[in-house]
Amino acid sequence: MQVATFLAYLVAAVLFITGIRRLRKPGTARSGNTIAAFGMVIALVATFLVVEVDAAWVWLLIGVGILLGGVLGAASAQMVPMTAMPQMVAAFNGVGGGCIALVALSEFYQGAAETWVAVISGLLTVVIGSVSFAGSIVAFTKLQELAFTGSVVFPLQQVLNALIFVGILLLSANVLADGAIVEAVGAPFLSPLVSLYILFAASLVLGVLFVIPIGGADMPIVISLLNAFTGLAAAASGFVLGNYALLIGGTLVGASGTILTRLMSGALGRPLGKIIFAGITATATQKGDQQEDREVHDASPGEVGEYLSEEANKIVIVPGYGLAVAQAQGPMHDLMETLESRGKEVLFGIHPVAGRMPGHMNVLLTEAGVPYDKLYDLEDINPEFDDTDAAIIVGANDVVNPAANDPEQDTPISGMPILEVEKAKRVIFVKRSLSPGFAGVDNPLFYDTEKTMMLFSDAKQGLQEVVEAVKSA
Amino acid sequence: MEQLLVQLAIFIIAAFLGFELISRVPNLLHTPLMSATNAIHGIVLVGAIIVFATADDTFTIVVGFIAIVLGAMNVIGGFWVTNRMLGMFRPPVKRVRKRKG
Repeated sequence: MQVATFLAYLVAAVLFITGIRRLRKPGTARSGNTIAAFGMVIALVATFLVVEVDAAWVWLLIGVGILLGGVLGAASAQMVPMTAMPQMVAAFNGVGGGCIALVALSEFYQGAAETWVAVISGLLTVVIGSVSFAGSIVAFTKLQELAFTGSVVFPLQQVLNALIFVGILLLSANVLADGAIVEAVGAPFLSPLVSLYILFAASLVLGVLFVIPIGGADMPIVISLLNAFTGLAAAASGFVLGNYALLIGGTLVGASGTILTRLMSGALGRPLGKIIFAGITATATQKGDQQEDREVHDASPGEVGEYLSEEANKIVIVPGYGLAVAQAQGPMHDLMETLESRGKEVLFGIHPVAGRMPGHMNVLLTEAGVPYDKLYDLEDINPEFDDTDAAIIVGANDVVNPAANDPEQDTPISGMPILEVEKAKRVIFVKRSLSPGFAGVDNPLFYDTEKTMMLFSDAKQGLQEVVEAVKSA
Repeated sequence: MEQLLVQLAIFIIAAFLGFELISRVPNLLHTPLMSATNAIHGIVLVGAIIVFATADDTFTIVVGFIAIVLGAMNVIGGFWVTNRMLGMFRPPVKRVRKRKG
């Protein structure tokens, strides 16, 4: 490797690290992303300098390939609506995993993996890259609600998983031993290259099987984990190719991605092990006894508007995924402005699982013009509820369900930290129906007719009507 | 052998650096951070270019070309979508208010 290229890779690594550092604070995050992108440009240019190409058409094809992928990537990134952002990240992660698995396959095909370290690293790259590719595509189809929605389980799933895993180990050993292993078991001779193709296919199947039993609510964590996987695969390929850019960049993502996954699962109150082994521990979730014909306080927009304008001074709004689906960010912003113009204090309590990814709801609200210093995290908003006059919950249920903290109930959301809206003086739900949310757990707050007002409406329409009511009150 | 040891040292140091970098990040930034690191592992494009440049048979040319397209999607799409996400975090309104008052 040329000295210049090596140094350029180091510069790129420094820029990646600086970029990630700046991404930890909202004020510097955007520049952090730009810095990391700049590092990528440097790494690519340095690579062009070091590769030895004998024909012009090779350069041409490299250019065409980058242009094609770049246009596809930029166009989808530009056109994707912000509500569909989680699946976009999944898709980009998937193509990265696919890319690196193909790179490793070509390496083997060319016979470039000579030492045992290179062979092992190459095998890891193929397996992890393929699992990441297939898993991300499944995550994409789940979030886009194309296929595999919910938790898909079938009989003997665990047995199949175990068999494929053993098969992958066996094939890997066979590649390492130059084809001697499969023959020793009594099967016909399998050349290392053919073993590798089967290994590739088996890893793809494993990736699909890994993700299909996991429910949609846990997808963000799965995507983050697969993101770390792709980083790890990139690092492994750095060992094969002896390339420091791949090694450092991949390792950074593998490590920081792992920590990020843990942070996320902590914030969501979902232990990582429980999610990963969903297929193994999956049982039919207890839907709980359906509460029928219980009385609720069915409020009109006028009533809600009147209470807000006359009696409430401090108001906390809790937005949920229903808000995103109804595209009600705009009316939500109007409500904030209207209430503030009357001298009221309006805060937003954002639960980590609001939306479909941590931070997703923040993006949607800031898109609608809500300043981000009004968005409070779980830990910061909960003490505020004590002197809150009205908590308005829009299109959410699970994240404010006190049943999660009830030690006598065993529900799918037990132990999840919630927004303690029940401490507020009045609770207002803007919700289409009484149906329990994603997790299927009934919310006792609905039936507290003294405290709770239920405004049964589509989030967008309901909020617009409340804004009108406040204005005319 | 010496090169391998150097690689191993870099791997371990980079891993610890990665662990330390992400200590306490506000929930607000989890998704952008995931998206940006997702773009950074688009460095796999470097691997795709290296493999493609040395390709001398149809298999490697075809597979390498696909890898380049996928890698470029990862890099450019990844940074682009992260930039779009972060573009929505506007500076706090407080400052504007102060200027007005």
